[in-house]
Amino acid sequence: MDAGLLLDLYRSMALCRRFEEAAAKAYSQGKISGFLHLYIGQEAVAVGAISGAEPTDYIVATYREHAHYLARTGDARAAMAELYGRSTGANGGRGGSMHLFDASKRFLGGWAIVGGHVPIAAGVAFASKYREERDVTLCFFGDGTANMGSFHEGLALAGLWKLPVVFICENNQYAMGTPLYRTMSVPDVAVRARGYPMEFEIVNGDDVLEMRDATRRAVERARKTSQPFFIEAKTYRFRGHSVADPGKYRTKEEVQKWMERDPINVLGQRIQTLGIASAEQLRGLDDEAKAQVADAVEFAEQSPLPEPQSVCEYVYA
Amino acid sequence: MPEPRVITFREALREAMAEEMERDPSIFLMGEEVGHYQGAYKVSEGLLARFGEKRVIDTPIAETGFAGVGIGAAMVGLRPIIEFMTWNFSLTAYDQLVNNAAKLRYMANGQFTLPIVFRGPGGAAHALAAQHSQALESLYAHVPGLKVVMPATPADAKGLLKAAIRDDDPVVFIESEVMYALKGEVPAGEHLVPLGVADVKRRGRDVTIVTWAKMLHTSLKAAEELAQAGIEAEVVDLRTIRPLDTEAIFASVRRTGRCLVVQEGWPFAGVASEIITLVVREAFDDLDAPPERVTSLDVPMPYATNLEALVLPSPDRVVAAVRRLLGREQSPARPAAAGGAR
Repeated sequence: MDAGLLLDLYRSMALCRRFEEAAAKAYSQGKISGFLHLYIGQEAVAVGAISGAEPTDYIVATYREHAHYLARTGDARAAMAELYGRSTGANGGRGGSMHLFDASKRFLGGWAIVGGHVPIAAGVAFASKYREERDVTLCFFGDGTANMGSFHEGLALAGLWKLPVVFICENNQYAMGTPLYRTMSVPDVAVRARGYPMEFEIVNGDDVLEMRDATRRAVERARKTSQPFFIEAKTYRFRGHSVADPGKYRTKEEVQKWMERDPINVLGQRIQTLGIASAEQLRGLDDEAKAQVADAVEFAEQSPLPEPQSVCEYVYA
Repeated sequence: MPEPRVITFREALREAMAEEMERDPSIFLMGEEVGHYQGAYKVSEGLLARFGEKRVIDTPIAETGFAGVGIGAAMVGLRPIIEFMTWNFSLTAYDQLVNNAAKLRYMANGQFTLPIVFRGPGGAAHALAAQHSQALESLYAHVPGLKVVMPATPADAKGLLKAAIRDDDPVVFIESEVMYALKGEVPAGEHLVPLGVADVKRRGRDVTIVTWAKMLHTSLKAAEELAQAGIEAEVVDLRTIRPLDTEAIFASVRRTGRCLVVQEGWPFAGVASEIITLVVREAFDDLDAPPERVTSLDVPMPYATNLEALVLPSPDRVVAAVRRLLGREQSPARPAAAGGAR
């Protein structure tokens, strides 16, 4: 087992967790506006999957994408400043929490209409194939997306044209406040990939290594054979749909049961069992993440607002 | 100066795509029936044989899917031409155009350009009924981030499509089934018409008719008839709805003092309303009469041809509106003694 890799994954997940805790706090203080959808509890999916791809592979994600952005860019300052709506943010304050982009790191959003980005991800993969480039596109979405027409059209074209895209369904069991069994006729989202046809794998999304390995296999297969692949990651969000949602549609017992498989603790236990690091050393990593986030908050708070005269810029090229 | 030839509107569009595809390998054409079927309206006829299946791509009936694929491909540097069999079908992909194509550049603070053309016929053809007869430019022109282009002549069709393909923003390019066979002089080879520049298609001193696309021909017919009565109408063909060539409109209205907008689509919150607002605000002191508009009636399109003819703007309705603007109504019921006509 690669000790450095495990510690990197731990660091990355800790950064996501501490970042979002700080964001939630800033939101409750009225420093962040709009919607804030937290990924807390699901970190192993984004961190594991993105570590399983090459840094040159494309990422297309949803409005719950802080962790994906951080896993790819590591830039907590740009992310936090964007949530604060500051000119130093990832998009100069024009996008906000739901629309993070970093073209230079091939992080292609940040899309906030459920399912609308699925055909876009297929299109990015189409471009790779058209230009005979070897890049693969990762497309993240939730279980709720699997009921949208755009999801099916995107998968149908990816299957038809054999596009190098890996679809990663983050099945956190709830489409906003409605549980999966009330929104879908099948218990596993992944079986819907069969008809396109697309091979799939159902993964424990709370195990970062399992997530990483499954994604690596899927990405390399897509790269070699130009075939799409579908991963369903079973996971759970510990918080509400957004910070405005108290999550009363779930029992305390249910949330508690899932929190016992907190992906960061799962990895921490493994690291300790393998003797790679002690609990104290892991706390040290966590403290580093907290410090990086504190720095990001400080940076965001000190950053200027966007220039008022820039309000009409970038509508057209 | 390239020698003008007479070709059809359809051929002009095809020539624009072929020349651009020849020039730039990152351009491809995608849509329903564009390849093996040779185009639902034969606009892409022969392009598959010339450019192959890699660049002329038949799709399933999945507008959301292939519009989104085009957007994704454009985000990373390709230059897609996405054909909608008609713009009526684009409504199933409206989310892709409005939420994704129009907003990407702004949301991402200028990190991306989106060089993509969505094209196909729009508006009424003949007895196609409510779901296949819609002039939707007002819907698309409402959205910042989209450009909306509507040629009315074969030469403009070629020059504007070439310019649209070279543009780095998403362009909504609306043609017309009933204009595809229209013939006109079109320069061979390089011929570009810049986006956002209107063209005065007929000079006149008495009234300005602002129009675009198919309604240009309706307006020109009306202008002929008006000329016989000694009324000289100036006809301004917008060619591009967004960005709007406001200066061309104001310059003409300042000369004539009267403004009529002729628009195929529905009246409520339409492009005509926007133009009239701008004219009232910017050229108020030059106006001799309140601006008017001629549009479709405010109903879904009926199938019966006699009713369809009532819904659509006609030369007669344009003539009548111009006469109203000039206070020169022809009213046979009015007794001559009342002295209604000047």
